[in-house]
Amino acid sequence: MGSGTREKFDNPVVDWVDERLPIFTLMQREYGVFPTPKNFNYFWNFGAILMFMLVVMIVTGLFLAMHYTANTELAFDAVERIMRDVNGGWLMRYIHMNGASFFFIAVYLHIFRGMYYGSYKAPREILWILGVVIFLLMMGTAFIGYVLPWGQMSLWGATVITNLFSAIPVVGEYIVTLLWGGFSVDNPTLTRFFALHFLLPFVIFAVVFLHVWALHVTGSNNPLGIDTKGPQDTLPFHPYYTMKDTFGLIVFLIAYAAVIFFFPNSLGHPDNYIPADPLVTPAHIVPEWYFLPFYAMLRAITFDIGVPFTDIVIISAKLGGVIVMFSSILIWVVLPWLDSHPIRSAKYRPIFQKLILILLVDFIFLGYLGAEAADAKYFGIPVNYFGLAATAYYFLFFLVFLPVLSKLEKGREMPPSINEAVTSKGH
Amino acid sequence: MKRTLLTALAVLAVVPFQSAQAAGDSVTPPHKYWGFHGYDGTYDKAALQRGLKVYREVCSACHSLKRIAFRNLADLGYNEDQIKAIASEYTIQDGPDEEGEMYDRPGIPSDYFPSPFPNKQAAAAVHGVMPPDLSLITKARKYGADYVHAILTGYEAAPEGKKLQPSQHWNKYMPGHVIAMAAPLSDELIEYEDGTPMTVDQYARDVAEFLTWAAEPEMEDRKRIGLNVLLFLTIFAFVMYGVKRKIWADVH
Ligand code: HEC
Ligand code: HEM
Repeated sequence: MGSGTREKFDNPVVDWVDERLPIFTLMQREYGVFPTPKNFNYFWNFGAILMFMLVVMIVTGLFLAMHYTANTELAFDAVERIMRDVNGGWLMRYIHMNGASFFFIAVYLHIFRGMYYGSYKAPREILWILGVVIFLLMMGTAFIGYVLPWGQMSLWGATVITNLFSAIPVVGEYIVTLLWGGFSVDNPTLTRFFALHFLLPFVIFAVVFLHVWALHVTGSNNPLGIDTKGPQDTLPFHPYYTMKDTFGLIVFLIAYAAVIFFFPNSLGHPDNYIPADPLVTPAHIVPEWYFLPFYAMLRAITFDIGVPFTDIVIISAKLGGVIVMFSSILIWVVLPWLDSHPIRSAKYRPIFQKLILILLVDFIFLGYLGAEAADAKYFGIPVNYFGLAATAYYFLFFLVFLPVLSKLEKGREMPPSINEAVTSKGH
Repeated sequence: MKRTLLTALAVLAVVPFQSAQAAGDSVTPPHKYWGFHGYDGTYDKAALQRGLKVYREVCSACHSLKRIAFRNLADLGYNEDQIKAIASEYTIQDGPDEEGEMYDRPGIPSDYFPSPFPNKQAAAAVHGVMPPDLSLITKARKYGADYVHAILTGYEAAPEGKKLQPSQHWNKYMPGHVIAMAAPLSDELIEYEDGTPMTVDQYARDVAEFLTWAAEPEMEDRKRIGLNVLLFLTIFAFVMYGVKRKIWADVH
């Protein structure tokens, strides 16, 4: 940063500041003239949307926190008071509550974009891994946030999910007690969750900073997955992408606003409008929609793994489920090494392209399964068999298909440069 | 191949959730017409006032409505004097006074509807189960107002062979069908002065609308603001699209 030549700014105040702290030069270099591939499609919009959503969540969360009370006797009433008596309170809460959902819609599309166009491949591995870290932090933040209104699903969702950690050998019970601050999900759990829920978004902010930093070192990938070769392949970020991203953001906001103002509770579960009651278990405990695919993988493992012909259990069904669930995300960390095929974009990899689209369908299907009652059946077959099949495809894709394709798949013919591809398409 | 996949995706997206609740031996309530549905729906103040009457004369014997203050009744079209009059019909326990004693006084607009039972245990002792607070009931049940209407009109004779306790009743729409609430409404039970039919169905509709207001008093504001926000964003989107097109014109 600091070193290097600095161009003078016309505005004397700006120039005075910039001479001492070259923040304007930085902005100019990273967001003004920053060379960006000229062939982005709208999938490249979601990073900007995610930044916007993070700010929205922090700002509305801050207002909610001013009126919220982290106490099991008071939390539910405090949220209802925000809804009824605090000026603009219902708006803040509905923006925040549905903001979590739209944050996840954006992040899922952002991640899928990365997978489809091979953005995780060299030289962007660290950028990708930082993204996985952000996703894990987001999941933690959202899970903890959902506990705060202290409705029935808050309490029972938290109970089910925190209990999972008890499956971990040796330290499991200890971790659960630490999460709970006692022997069940109760007041100490709520107070520590509130503290963490306030903290984690700022941790996310910090990791997002690193993520963007890494991006600006390597530059963006693009739908063709080929490197930029010179100025003819790129455009300055401003005004081309600032304006395109703003347009995309507004379209996203239209969908978001429609939900906030016209269906604010459609993405949530009605049970969370019943105050938490440790003596009444809800008929079906389901997490928020954005956790359902992972929840389905967790529930798909219903068998112990042990030494054959003995009663010795090495991995209990519960631990198996937990391992499968966590590794389904952690596996993304090593994705750049599981897939070492030289071509990035699915556009030029016919087999990979089909398999990853099937993966997308598979993942959405898992989401449906996650919402089913555990004893539900499709065509007379228990759903967890479907869950098992869908989970199997998920892991086969990453652990078998990708390494094999890396060796065997013959790619399609690639255009020599972005510029030639774009101009020959008659754009 | 790509097309097949996309079709499969689309099908997955539109096939409605065979939701968990549907499995739990419950019947989907019939869908009624409500004036507050839709992007510009509003509450019918006359219906809200009738619904309040149903709540006060019947439901309030067992159910609390503790998140609603008398002052909130301004939304129903009552003026300050009418609200004061309604509030003063209730006795509110206040205190402690200077001697440290609790005392009773008539209600004032800032008071909340008093609960019929001092605590959960007292309610459960009388009814077997605590009658739930009704201030959020339409948000706390799938199908909201339709469900409340259906529960109130869904009482039936238990099928042959089903043994019910004296405190249990058969309701078509209750998950599991057994409900601890006896049918609370009957024709002509509540006097309507405005000529509206005095039927169970009408009572149920009115109280369901009233309870929807109680759960979502901000709804009319929300939809009004929402329309403005959407209008603004749509215009903004068109402008930005034009700007983007113009800027990109030299690239394409
Ligand atoms: C005699 C007392 C009594 C009266 C009067 C009464 N209820 Fe109830 N109500 C109950 C009890 C007890 C329950 C709990 C039922 C159960 O869980 O089995 C209940 C439950 C309910 C439920 C929830 C059903 C569910 O899904 O869990 C609704 C909605 C309801 N009542 C609405 C009303 C309305 C509206 C009125 C006035 C028209 C009313 N009740 C009058 C005693 C009463
Ligand atoms: C990554 C960003 C964030 C995510 C994904 C997130 C997610 C959530 C979720 C899912 C809820 C439950 C919504 C509900 O049912 O009401 C919630 C509630 C809450 N969040 Fe956040 N949040 C984020 C950031 C923040 C920040 C930065 C703050 C405070 C500075 C905050 C404060 C709160 C409070 C006070 C509640 C409880 C009030 C309520 O339930 O409406 N959140 N959050």
